[in-house]
This record gives sequence, C-alpha cells and structure tokens, in this order.
Amino acid sequence: MDSDIAIRVEHLSKDFVLPHEKITSIKSAFTHVNRLGKSRRVRETQHALKDVSLEIKKGEFFGIVGRNGSGKSTLLKILAGIYQPTKGKVTVDGKLVPFIELGVGFNPELTGRENVYLNGAMMGFSRKEVSAMYDDIVEFAELERFMDQKLKNYSSGMQVRLAFSMATRAKADILLVDEVLAVGDADFQRKCFTYFYELKLQKKTVVFVSHDMDAIREYCDQAALIEENCMVDVGKTSKIAEGYAKLFNSKAPVALKQGDETDRWGNGDLKIEKMAVDVNDESITIHHTIVASRDTVDPIIGFRIRNSEGRSVLGTNTKVEEQSVGVIKSGEKLSVAWRFDNVLSDGRYFVDPAIVARDGITVMDWWDGAIAFDARRGRHLPYDVDLVYVLKHEREKAV
Amino acid sequence: MKNFLRRYRYSVILLRELVRTDFRLRYQGSALGYLWSLLRPLFLFIILYLVFARFLKIGRAIPYYPVYLLLGIVLWNYFVEVTTGSVGAIVGKGELLRKINFPKYVIIFASSFSALINLALNFVVIGIFMAISHVVPTFGALAMAPLVLELFIVSIGAAFFLSALYVKFRDVSYIWDVIIQAGFYATPILYVLSQVPHQYARFMILNPLAQIIQDARYVLVTHQTTTIYQVYNDDRLIWVIPVGITLAIAVLAGLYFRSQSRKFAEEV
Repeated sequence: MDSDIAIRVEHLSKDFVLPHEKITSIKSAFTHVNRLGKSRRVRETQHALKDVSLEIKKGEFFGIVGRNGSGKSTLLKILAGIYQPTKGKVTVDGKLVPFIELGVGFNPELTGRENVYLNGAMMGFSRKEVSAMYDDIVEFAELERFMDQKLKNYSSGMQVRLAFSMATRAKADILLVDEVLAVGDADFQRKCFTYFYELKLQKKTVVFVSHDMDAIREYCDQAALIEENCMVDVGKTSKIAEGYAKLFNSKAPVALKQGDETDRWGNGDLKIEKMAVDVNDESITIHHTIVASRDTVDPIIGFRIRNSEGRSVLGTNTKVEEQSVGVIKSGEKLSVAWRFDNVLSDGRYFVDPAIVARDGITVMDWWDGAIAFDARRGRHLPYDVDLVYVLKHEREKAV
Repeated sequence: MKNFLRRYRYSVILLRELVRTDFRLRYQGSALGYLWSLLRPLFLFIILYLVFARFLKIGRAIPYYPVYLLLGIVLWNYFVEVTTGSVGAIVGKGELLRKINFPKYVIIFASSFSALINLALNFVVIGIFMAISHVVPTFGALAMAPLVLELFIVSIGAAFFLSALYVKFRDVSYIWDVIIQAGFYATPILYVLSQVPHQYARFMILNPLAQIIQDARYVLVTHQTTTIYQVYNDDRLIWVIPVGITLAIAVLAGLYFRSQSRKFAEEV
C-alpha cells in the first residue's frame, strides 16, 4: 500500500440476508432441513453496498454523502470493522477508532463520572489514563457540577457534550464521524468546528458522514456520493455536493405535503381551499385559493414561512402591504398570489397562510404548515453577493 | 507477561470496566447493596438447613451435612449464574456491537468474572459456617484452587457456546432452562452419591460438575464424600475424563464462538 493512503476500499460489496428469512428457532431449522431436498429455499438478500472502491489519503477529510438508506452507515461500519465485507477488501494503514458514534456504552444508570471511565475503557484508556485527563474532559464539557449525577438526569445536550468531550480524546490516526453536527446548539457546533480544525492541523484522517452539505463543504477535501447502494461519484467536495442536491431536485415535487387539520382554526367565513408554491432559482410564488361562505369586507390575507426548525423566516399580509381586498360575496372564490426573490438557503420550509377579519382580531382561517416546499439549489450562498472592495492598509510607521 | 498484557491491553481494560459496571448496577437502588451478596447465600443456607437437615434428614450419614450441602449449592449456582447470564449476553449487548468494534469474548469473560466475585463472597459465608460447625480445613483445601479453575473453565466454555448459539436460535434459552433443571437433579447436590446405585453413579460422576462438587466437598468438608476416585476404585487416571470433557467443551465452544463472533454485529 502506498504510504500516503490511509484507507483503501477495493470492490467492496455487502449483502444482508433479510430478517424474515432468518432461521431463529430450532423448529424452523428442522423444517428447512426437511425442505432442503424438495423445494428451493428463496434466499432473499439485500445488497447494502455494491462494488464500492475508493481511496482516502492520509490527512484528508473525506465526506460520504447520500440519502437515508443509501448505504453510507454500512460503509462506515465496515471501515470500523463492525461489519465484515461480503466481497472485496478494506485495507487500513494507521490506528483507527473502533466506534462510529459518540458516547458508546453510556449507561443512564451510572453517574457522569462513572460513564467517563466506562466510555474511556471503550476507547482503550485505562483508569489511570482517564484519571489523568478527567478534569480536562469535564471542563471541556462544562459539566463540573453534574458529574456525580446519574446520566439519565442529564439533558440530551449535556449528554452530547460529555460524549463529544470524550471523543476529542480519542488517540487514533483515522476517525470515523457519523452525523455529529446534527445535534447540539450553536455553542456546541462552534466547539465541533474548532475540534475539526485542530484535527486538520494535526493531519488526522477523518471520514465524515453527513446530510449537511454546508458542513461537508466546510470541512471536507474530498467526498463520495452514494446512491442506491452504489458509489456514483467521488471527487472534489463542491462537485459531490452539487450532485447530492440534484438527487432531490429531480425527484422532489414542489409541494410535498398538505398539513393536517389539527393545526388549523378560525370561524370559516373565509376558508383557504388550496395552497400552492412555485419555486425556481430566481423567485418563490405562493398561491392561495380562498372560498367565502359569508359576505366579507376587506379581510386581511397573509402568510408566514417557517424553516425546518420552526423559526419564522419571512411573512407579510395585505394590511402590511397596504392592499385592499374589497368586498367578497358568499360563494365567491378568490385567488391571491405572492412573489418574492428566492433568497432562501437550502432546506425545507413550511407555509402558514392566514385570513383575519378587518378588525385584525377575528381569525377566519389560520392554517399552520398548510404546505411544505424545498429550496435546494446546491449553492453555498443562495443569492448574489458583490465583493465591494479589498483594501490593504499601509502599516503605520513608527514615529 | 508484559507482552501478553500489551497484546490484550484493550481486552483487559474493557473487561475490568465491564465487571465494575456490572457490579455497580447489580445492587443499585437496594438499601443493603453489596451486603446482599452475603445475605443471599446466608438465607439460602438457613432454608436448606431447615428443610434438608432438620425435617427430611437426608444427610444423616454425612458429617457436617449442612456445610456439605451449601458448598454443593454454591458451586452449582456459580455454573448456573455464568451460563444463564451468558445465554442472552451477546444479544443483550447488540446495541453496543453495532456501534463499536471490540473483542466479543470480553462480554462473556466479564459475566464469568462477575460471577466469580460472587463465588468468592459465597465462600466467605461458607467459611463462617465451617468455623461454626467446627470443620477444620486441612492442607488438602489447597486443592480448591484447581477445582475452581476447572469450574471456571467448564462454565465459561458452556457460556461461549450458548451465547453464540442464542444469536441464531432463540430457543436456546428455554432449552437451557430445562437442561439446568434436569442437571440439578442429575448432579449429586441434594442427595448423597453413595446412595445412588453404582451403575448410575459411575456415569453421573463423569459429569465435570458432579466431579468438581464431590471433590470440593472431599477436600474442604469431609472425607466421607464419594468422589470419582472412589467410584472408580481408586483409579487416578479416571480424572482424565471429566477434565478432558471440560477442556473439550472450552476449546470447541471457544472455536465456535470465534467463528461466529465476526457476524454478531449484523445478526443480533
């Protein structure tokens, strides 16, 4: 193996025998034996990975992207030695962490302190070694006051902090990271960020599985795209991220889901019959179709857009925009459309349309999450940014 | 030794921590905690003493029958604890197996060592009753060391086999329950071997557990115990059979476990 290759995967395939075909009781083992001669056993296998080959260089941050169920985690588990390959070969040069998740072996019934020692042992540290770095671990996790409490009384954020703090201690040349950044608050993510840059400086090899294209773009030098259990592309991160975004653009319909009725209320004088969203690279258009069951004068029609975290991103209504809708007779239908520049970054968004009476208080129809849409354009910044200037300041001369 | 430790360093670290965790969790939330490790055999002894020594008077022919009985029960219970505890041990750790690659035999060793600590505590109780009953141990008591080693090996061997088999066939735990029940009566624990017709006794005593229990009673409690040596008319070579069975179980089970362990993560 070349000295600069950390991991080499050659024609790797992994099959799983589907669980319902598994012989789990001795009785069925007998019946299978009996049938062996007569009927052919239908052995249904699931191909989790098909003929994957890749090379990861030493000191490289290598991203693995792909949709849920595409085989990313299986690949990671094979690299870690948790699963054995069905076909093909994996060669690893250097010490590799044996785990793929944070906080492996954490036991909710033990205290934080005991869990540090247990998790430390999982990582191959003796009690003495853990003791030596115990204070640093606790300090980094910011859990000084909680170490003698049972882990089950920790918040999930605290657990992740402790787990991450442990993971940063791993003594290995090659690290495997599965979706860590999905959890934790901004403060925690900043710590991850710093840690990853430290790893880069130390020339560690990191294999990184994530759905978060921003994170992949941020950290990774190379990436591989896995789709339907095959590796479809490998190369520069930007190329792979674009390919990943395309997977969704080609298949995902604009309107993905009609919200259910539980998040909807109002007196129903005016009712939203249909919502639609058109998304393209330049703009987003939101259509309301409204039916009146009573004569109404000057209702306020509006909407709000929330991101996947539920935070309001933008919104407006006819009153804010100083538009008058006028009189609507019972039985009449009304169509309203809004258009604005597509400045949304990648992700899923929800539209909450609302109709309120002229007094601004009586709700006629309010529908949270009436429709969802995806804004995915595979660009780091979704809108154009002009660089205004770059100016070099003269160094001030000493007097 | 140093080389050996370096090679198995990870296993040893993991083993220690798993045993520690197991012990910590076992008596968590109980007021008396570790004391139960001593109280359990104590109460067991009281029950056995009342039922078998006082009411049924089974062991009249044996001096110190209560201690004799307790020793047999304690050794048998070690075997039961290790094997029934291990049947589901691999499957029980499934979550862990899917997340981290570590030597799987550590799981089985951990439950064996936990049980061994329990056995040691039980021996404390046995020691107390030996003192109370004025049983004076001789130098022959040193023979307990190889006997406990043999018990450890036969138990862990069975544990390796059962835990690996259970991954594939979940019926194993029920079958093993039945075998344990049958084994309890097929082994001279409650009754006295000398009262068993010779044509049966000669087979029963070949069972490593029967041999271990009888030998342990002989060296620790009373020489009025019928050991394998006496059943086979003072033929020393006969020990080769139970010890051979023990080693065969351990080696074959170990090999089976090793061949299966690579696939545990995906099968559990």
